[in-house]
Amino acid sequence: MGIDATTHAANAHLTTPTRLTGSEILWATLVGEGVDTVFGYPGGAILPAYDALRKFPIHHVLVRHEQGAAHMADGYARASGKVGVAIATSGPGATNLITGIATAMLDSIPMVCITGNVPSKVLGTDAFQEVDITGVTLPVTKHNFLVSRAEDLAAALRHAFQIARSGRPGPVLVDITKDAQQASAIFDFEAAKPRAYRPHPMLTVEDSGLAQAAELIRNAQRPVILAGHGISESGAMEQVRTLAERAQIPVGLTLLGLGSFPASHPLSLGMMGMHGEKWVNDAIQEADLLIACGMRFDDRVIGTPATYAPKAKKIHIEIDPAEINKNVKADVALVGDLRAVLEELLPRISGRDGSSWLKWIDARKGESAVRDIKNLPDSGHLYAAHVMHDLWRMTGGNAVVVTDVGQHQMWEAQYYHHEHPRTLITSGGLGTMGFALPAAIGAKFGCPEKEVWVIAGDGGFQMTAAELSTIVQEKLKINIAIINNGYLGMVRQWQEFFYDRNYEATPLVSPDFVKLADAHGIPALAVRTRGEVAAAVEQARAAEGAFLLNFLVEKEDSVYPMIPAGKALHEMILRPGKDPLEERADD
Amino acid sequence: MLHTFVAYVEDLPGVLTRVASLFRRLNININSLTVGRSERQGLSRLTLVCEASSEAGHRIRASLYKLENVVDVDDIAQAPSVTRELALIKVAATPKNRAQIFDLVEVFRARIVDLTSESLMIEMTGVESKIEGLIEVLREDDGRILEICRSGKMTMRRGHHTSGVLRALGAGIAEVAEPEEDRVAAQPE
Repeated sequence: MGIDATTHAANAHLTTPTRLTGSEILWATLVGEGVDTVFGYPGGAILPAYDALRKFPIHHVLVRHEQGAAHMADGYARASGKVGVAIATSGPGATNLITGIATAMLDSIPMVCITGNVPSKVLGTDAFQEVDITGVTLPVTKHNFLVSRAEDLAAALRHAFQIARSGRPGPVLVDITKDAQQASAIFDFEAAKPRAYRPHPMLTVEDSGLAQAAELIRNAQRPVILAGHGISESGAMEQVRTLAERAQIPVGLTLLGLGSFPASHPLSLGMMGMHGEKWVNDAIQEADLLIACGMRFDDRVIGTPATYAPKAKKIHIEIDPAEINKNVKADVALVGDLRAVLEELLPRISGRDGSSWLKWIDARKGESAVRDIKNLPDSGHLYAAHVMHDLWRMTGGNAVVVTDVGQHQMWEAQYYHHEHPRTLITSGGLGTMGFALPAAIGAKFGCPEKEVWVIAGDGGFQMTAAELSTIVQEKLKINIAIINNGYLGMVRQWQEFFYDRNYEATPLVSPDFVKLADAHGIPALAVRTRGEVAAAVEQARAAEGAFLLNFLVEKEDSVYPMIPAGKALHEMILRPGKDPLEERADD
Repeated sequence: MLHTFVAYVEDLPGVLTRVASLFRRLNININSLTVGRSERQGLSRLTLVCEASSEAGHRIRASLYKLENVVDVDDIAQAPSVTRELALIKVAATPKNRAQIFDLVEVFRARIVDLTSESLMIEMTGVESKIEGLIEVLREDDGRILEICRSGKMTMRRGHHTSGVLRALGAGIAEVAEPEEDRVAAQPE
């Protein structure tokens, strides 16, 4: 992809200091940082950089909207573990990135965004397409840079990559004035290396803390491990598994933790929190010890702090000291890289018998399972849960699934069982609708050999549907499943539960997605009954290029179980027990 | 409670915005903020005072450290320290009633730094309560104060190697314990 005979010359820049333009320095530095793919959209203030691009072995993916570029860089990073790079011009190009940057910030995703800006001599004059993007993105980036001299560019970019990757990862923006792109300077990649990364000065893992944690684990009767996103970020899958297996501790997962502990593992409880299964939340409320691994006690996970796990001591293993005692008070805080902390903790952990606690939890699984729609006879209706379940079965749980935000996202989390990290890509913290399609494009570039599925609602899909063209232009094999219920489903569900079914602004008219796909040259099928699901999924998988499936599911189905916002974990609304649509007296 | 943070930050454009923005985001009002050059080249030292819950101190300090340009943060809390504020106060005064103000200035150990036929300027350094005291007395005479300019608090821990600041800066005294007796001895106030 775009690699030609200039590769050698480009790499030569990295070893021999050379005079280059700012634009060339930009790409040469990216090459040096290991970047081979960027997602962007050109424009006036970034044109000098685009003009120099052809000399470097970097594949540029032209997006249809800069928000898409940011989500693609994000999806690329989530799928590959590498830093994603998005590029945009000044003004509207830069502001269009913001939703994507905030999405990455909330989920701690390593990403570098590059924006052009007006020439430095007119900065601050409201020049055409000027916006103070470093000012605007200050609260949604880990850090940002304004570079107005070519000689500062390499160091700023290298520092940006270091910041994005290190500690708790996050997005960094580098804003480069047009004159800095045009000017020339000596490019010395080695000399531009940032100072050694300085870990957060408040990281403390004291021996006494480890001893206390080991003691709590040894004496716990009803312990639960809370597995979060930090596990895959830190690469601590084996360590968490060893801890769970050695001490026979069941594992509940956050949404972003899914995949970090195998769903099929006997100790896996599944997802916790607002739409977690009742047995998971019951176990947490009943627990006498919680071992939080790389998670931040988000409000969607704890309900309310006052009622959360009242009987439990809490061990919080976390890389960000600012997370300690933020939402839930920790009894033992081990502040450091999860993998490193667990490596220190594990030698102090010995086998224990957890059977009675595991039996207690198991007994609770049964009562939930019988209410599960998956276990009810086929009524001829198509439920989203069926689609997820079938998709999981047919892909062997091995696909990289990129979801949007809403009901389908929760159904995916409940019914697609992830065995491996980085196989569920979803916007957890910010909950960004429109994320799935562009993030999946990034994910496909991040792991081209994997089967990638987009799962999106009819609402969120339309927010960024323009990126279908990007899929076609890049000839990507991505399968798209639209869970189409004609509503902004999750909002409708809240209206049903908490606003007297006043369905204000949630019914949604959509285009015929099959025709929309067709207009892009993407083959597509509509699926209306459960019986058609398997064949349709098979057809999509077998297709050479992208394929779109429009699943016309039950319109007023809701995600169960559910903790109403502001309620405690044990105050869940349970599944109705039989066909939820037939149970309503007034329908 | 009142929190006092001392931070060393890089002396670069926009750094103060980043610090201030953190407090804005946490919805915490900054009572006072003083910034100036420090003993270390390229680093500014700031003293920031704010009102927040007693548990907020840890999170504020940890969050300040997350700012790339923040090199060191010390939460002074209740530690023995010296805090000073500088005030410039312009007071309406004619040759007739100056003498009374001169007496006041003497009592408060302040100084007159400017004198015209209609007004004079008082410079005063001290703890907040002392400055408040002078202002209160001056206000007893209605309309006498024309302008007040206050620097906000500046704080430094007592004793030589007692500062967490120095330790974190790695200024060659990494693990020097804080000698308790030093703190006590050095409080002549």
